[in-house]
Amino acid sequence: MSDQLKLVVDRIKCDGRGLCAELLPELIRLDDWGYPIVDSGNVPKHLLPLAQRAVEDCPVLAVALRRAEVKR
Amino acid sequence: MTRLLDAPERFGPLPQMGGGFIDAIEQSRLVGRGGAGFPVATKWRAVAKRSGGRAVVVVNGAEGEPRSQKDRLVMTWRPHLVLDGAFIAARVLHARRVILYIGERHEKARSAMLRALGERTEPEGALVTVAAAPARYVAGAESAAIHFLNDGVATPTTAPPLPFEQGVDRAPTLVQNVETLAQIGLLARLGQAPATTLVTLAGAVMRTGVLEADRGTTVADAVRGAGGPTESSRAVLVGGYFGSWVEPEVAWQLPLDHETLRRHGLGLGCGVIGLLPARACPVCETAGIMRYLAAESSAQCGPCFFGLRALADACSRISDGSSDGNDLSRLRRWVDEVPGRGACRHPDGAVLFLSSALRVFDREFANHRAHDMRRTA
Repeated sequence: MSDQLKLVVDRIKCDGRGLCAELLPELIRLDDWGYPIVDSGNVPKHLLPLAQRAVEDCPVLAVALRRAEVKR
Repeated sequence: MTRLLDAPERFGPLPQMGGGFIDAIEQSRLVGRGGAGFPVATKWRAVAKRSGGRAVVVVNGAEGEPRSQKDRLVMTWRPHLVLDGAFIAARVLHARRVILYIGERHEKARSAMLRALGERTEPEGALVTVAAAPARYVAGAESAAIHFLNDGVATPTTAPPLPFEQGVDRAPTLVQNVETLAQIGLLARLGQAPATTLVTLAGAVMRTGVLEADRGTTVADAVRGAGGPTESSRAVLVGGYFGSWVEPEVAWQLPLDHETLRRHGLGLGCGVIGLLPARACPVCETAGIMRYLAAESSAQCGPCFFGLRALADACSRISDGSSDGNDLSRLRRWVDEVPGRGACRHPDGAVLFLSSALRVFDREFANHRAHDMRRTA
């Protein structure tokens, strides 16, 4: 299952620009203060390209895709 | 069995300890006393595995929780036991440095620790330096302590890396609460940890302050040991500001140990037990604590900085009668959205506390009328 990926946000870097939620509303919505609430499940295959864009386009590089089984 | 606060103030030189000592810790099932209740043996193994003679031991005496006094007390009255635990950690983990990280306002504790250090003859004494932890709520969090010791800023950092991977000086680091280290000290000396827990009784009890509770002691026993309640109680705060309000009749039966409380969905946290008297207003009390916790956010993560402020503001509006009527439903929505979205657990702890208030004080929150803001608890 090594290809199971999750979206994670570096909460300190995140500035609440909201680009990620615009690119990927299927998995990311914004709270009342403009900060992302991210679906905690694995990213479905068909959404991976958009998730990748969310990672690359974040102006403060706060979004990452991480292997699901990597332990914290 | 010898208890922490009845133990001799000082034993002889430390016995030799090897890696096998971690097994003894594991068998004692000791969990950390700083608030998170994490198994001590697991933490030591993780550092031991990576140390290679570089590890750093941080003796955590920051004690930033406003109502807690037990860490100060153990440093002041049993400083040698804390140093025993710290030196053993240094030996077993092959540490290169030991740092006493003591709250900047805990002067008596610091001078007792320094005096004890001056009396020690073990080689580990030479590894010790002292740092003053800023008097902020989050300064005692592991990553905040490490951030402060590395860069002089006591704010939490993003994980990974975790302390055992990369901590002080980028070396594997053990951050351990002073009460936990004192327990380790006794375990090494006597072959058995006392399995007691230090709790701080606060609020409407006859004698507020620290009490050493044997395993199996209930909240009722502890309150009785402190002379009983001063008056009838509306609720009991179990675990301090990151803990939960509990109805008194439920609270009295609860045993003061981490494992059992966890099975009840509660936590002992830093060990504060607070009694809210029946004549105090639970809504105003909760709003006050929420304002404190919001102000103690280190303002790094949006959901914590803006979220806790919004939660505290909504509580305050309900408390002072200026709510538009929708604040309670906002609070109920936000308590589901905010947790798990900070670099540290500060927002999670604050929301856990607020959720318990909304549950236990359901009626008071729904029917609150503004009244004068006299604080009675």
